[in-house]
Amino acid sequence: MSTELFFVQLINGLQYGLLLFLIASGLTLVFGVMGILNLAHGSMYMVGAYLVWYFVAITGSFSVFAILSAVIALGLGILIERVLIQRLYNRNHLDQVLLTIGMIFVFNSLQSILWGNDPYGVAVPEALSGSVPFTDNSSYPVYRIFAAMVCIAIAAALYFVVSKTRLGMLIRAGESNREMVEALGVNIKSLYTIVFAIGVMLAAVSGIIAAPMRSIVPGMGESVLITCFVVVVIGGMGSIKGAFVGALLVGVISTFAAVLIPTMSNMIIYIFMILVLLVKPQGLFAK
Amino acid sequence: MSKIKTLAGAVLATTLTAGLSTSALAAAGDPVKIGVMLPFSGIYAQLGEAGRDGLKLALKEHAEKLHGSKVEFIELDTEAKPSRAPELASSLLNQHEADFVIGPVHSGVAMGMIKMLRGKDTIMIIPNAGSAAATGPLCSPNVFRTSFSSWQPSYPMGKVALEKGYKKVYAISWNYGMGRESLDAFEESFTAGGGEIVEKVLLPFPSTNFQSHVSDIADENPDAVFTFFAGGGAIKFVKDYDAMGLRGKIPLMGSGFLTEGTLQAQGDAAEGVMTGLHYAEQLDVPKNREFREAFNTEYGHYPDIYAVQGYDAGQAIANTIDQLEGDISDKQAVISTMEKLTIDSPRGEFTFSKAHNPIQNIYLREVKDGVNVVQSVAAEALEDPARGCKL
Repeated sequence: MSTELFFVQLINGLQYGLLLFLIASGLTLVFGVMGILNLAHGSMYMVGAYLVWYFVAITGSFSVFAILSAVIALGLGILIERVLIQRLYNRNHLDQVLLTIGMIFVFNSLQSILWGNDPYGVAVPEALSGSVPFTDNSSYPVYRIFAAMVCIAIAAALYFVVSKTRLGMLIRAGESNREMVEALGVNIKSLYTIVFAIGVMLAAVSGIIAAPMRSIVPGMGESVLITCFVVVVIGGMGSIKGAFVGALLVGVISTFAAVLIPTMSNMIIYIFMILVLLVKPQGLFAK
Repeated sequence: MSKIKTLAGAVLATTLTAGLSTSALAAAGDPVKIGVMLPFSGIYAQLGEAGRDGLKLALKEHAEKLHGSKVEFIELDTEAKPSRAPELASSLLNQHEADFVIGPVHSGVAMGMIKMLRGKDTIMIIPNAGSAAATGPLCSPNVFRTSFSSWQPSYPMGKVALEKGYKKVYAISWNYGMGRESLDAFEESFTAGGGEIVEKVLLPFPSTNFQSHVSDIADENPDAVFTFFAGGGAIKFVKDYDAMGLRGKIPLMGSGFLTEGTLQAQGDAAEGVMTGLHYAEQLDVPKNREFREAFNTEYGHYPDIYAVQGYDAGQAIANTIDQLEGDISDKQAVISTMEKLTIDSPRGEFTFSKAHNPIQNIYLREVKDGVNVVQSVAAEALEDPARGCKL
C-alpha cells in the first residue's frame, strides 16, 4: 500500500468512525445514565433514514425536513419513554431486552407497512453535491466532509453539555447515585425522559445524515446495531469518551481490514473487541 | 405461566394460518395444486410478491388452456430463510400433494427445497434463484428454472469488455454463491480472450462498507470494473463509486441486478453503468409490451424482471397442461412435455436446456436517463454449461 493510499484509507476510516460514534453515542448515553439497554436503538436509526427519505421524496427538500425528521424522532423518544420504558426502571435487564427486541419487530413491520420493502436512496442535497479533487483519479464528495463535520460538532456539543452545563451535571450525578439525586429534589423522571429522547434523536440524526450516503433498506437498523454494540463495548458501556475513541478505532480498523483482508474483514473488529476485553474487561474507558 | 403458554400457542397458531392463505377455488374433480414458496416478508418480500403476481396473471390469461381444471394455490412464506425451506417444501410435497411447486427467490432456500423435492413427482419451477448448482450438480428431471443461472448474465460481459478494449479489470462482489459465480463467469470469458483480472475482491455478505474499496479501485486505476451486487448493496456501491468521482473515469460494468429495481434510488450515479441481463423493461418485443400493459391493468403498476420470471413459470404450467389436454397424472409425461416447450416470454422466446435452464438471449444494457437501454444482444440463445449435471 502506497503512502498516498494509506492516508486516503485513513480518511475513509475516520469518516466512517465519526458516523459510528454518532450512532453509538445515543446508545451509550442512555445506558450510562439510565441503565437501560435499548436494543431498538438501531430501529431509531432506521426511522431517521426512512423519515428523511419520505420527506425528500414528496417535497424534494433535504435541509428543512432533515430538521423536522429529527424533531419527530425527539417526540417519538419522549413517547416511547413515557409509555413503555418508564415501566422498566426497576426491572432487570432481561425484561428490558425483551421489550426493546419487541420494539425492533414493531418498527420493522411498521416500516414494511408504511413504506414497503423496496430499497430506496436519497439524493445528496444540491448545495453539498460537489466534490473536491483528492487523488489523481478520485475526488472527495463535499457531503461526506460535511457529514464528518456534523459528527464532530455533535460530539463537541455532547461533551460540552455533559461536562459544562447543569443538565450535564445532573446526568453525571444520576449516573453515580440516583437515590441521592432524587433526595436532593431533582425530578429524575423528567431527566430520564429527556436523556432517552436525546438518545433516540441522536440515532435518528445519524440515520438522517447517513441517508444520502447509504441505501435505505429493510433491516438497516439491525446491521448498524451490532457494530454499535462493538463500539460501545470496546469504549466501555456508558462512556461517551469511550464511544468516541471506540468508534474511531473500529472505523479505521474495519476500513483497513476491508482492503487488506477483504474476506475476513467482518471478523476483524470482533477479534479486536476480544483483545480489548482480555486486557480491559470493562472496556477502554469504563467507569 | 400456563396463561402465557396458551397465549404464545394462540399467537403461533395465528401466524401459521396467516402464512398459509389458500385461495382455493373449491371444485369438483382434482384441482391442479400449485404450491408457491416465495418470500412475502423480509428483505426479498417485493421480489416474492412480483413473482407470485406474474404467476397468477399467466394462469388467469391462459385459463382456457387448463381444460377445465381448477387451480388451487397454496402460498407459503419462505422469509428468504434457507432454514425454513426443507420443512415448507416437505409440507407442500406430503401434506398438500402439490402438482407444481414455484419457488424460491433466494439461492440458499433453493438448495433446501431441491434437497426435499429432487426426484419426486412434484414439478419444481424456480422463478429466480440463480445458483449454478440447481441446474448443475443438483439438477433433476423434475426441477425446472424460468429465470437464469448465475453464469448467464456475467459470462457475455467478458466478451463485451474485450470488445470495448478493456485489458485490465478490477472485479468485486460479495463472497457467496451468486457473487463468486458471477465473477468467475466474467473471468472465464475475459481471460480466455486475453484480458487480465488485476484484483478480485470478495466481501463478506451483506457488508456494504464499500468506500475503502472504491478508493482502492481509484488507486489501482484499471480499465474497467466488473461487479455483482443487488438490492441495497447495488445502490450503495453505485453511489459510492459516483461520490468518489470514479464515474466517467473508469467504466463500471456488472451483472444486470446492479441496476434492476434500484435505478430510482441510484439516481444520476447510475448513468452510464453497463450490465448484462436476460431482460430489460423497455425491451422492444411485442410480447413484452403486451405483458407490461396486461400486468399494469391487473395490478396497477408495471412489472419487473421478477414478475416476468413468475409469469413464465405460469406459462410453462399452462402450456404443459394444454398439451396434455388436462391430464397431468403421469408425471413422466408432464416432464417430457415441459422439456420441449418454447416459452413465448416477454424477454423473447426461450427453450429449456437439457439441465432445464432457459436457453436465452443476454442483452447488453446501458443506463441512460434512468432507464436500462438495450445496446445490443451480448449473447444469442446462451446455454448454461450445466457443469456437473448428468441429465
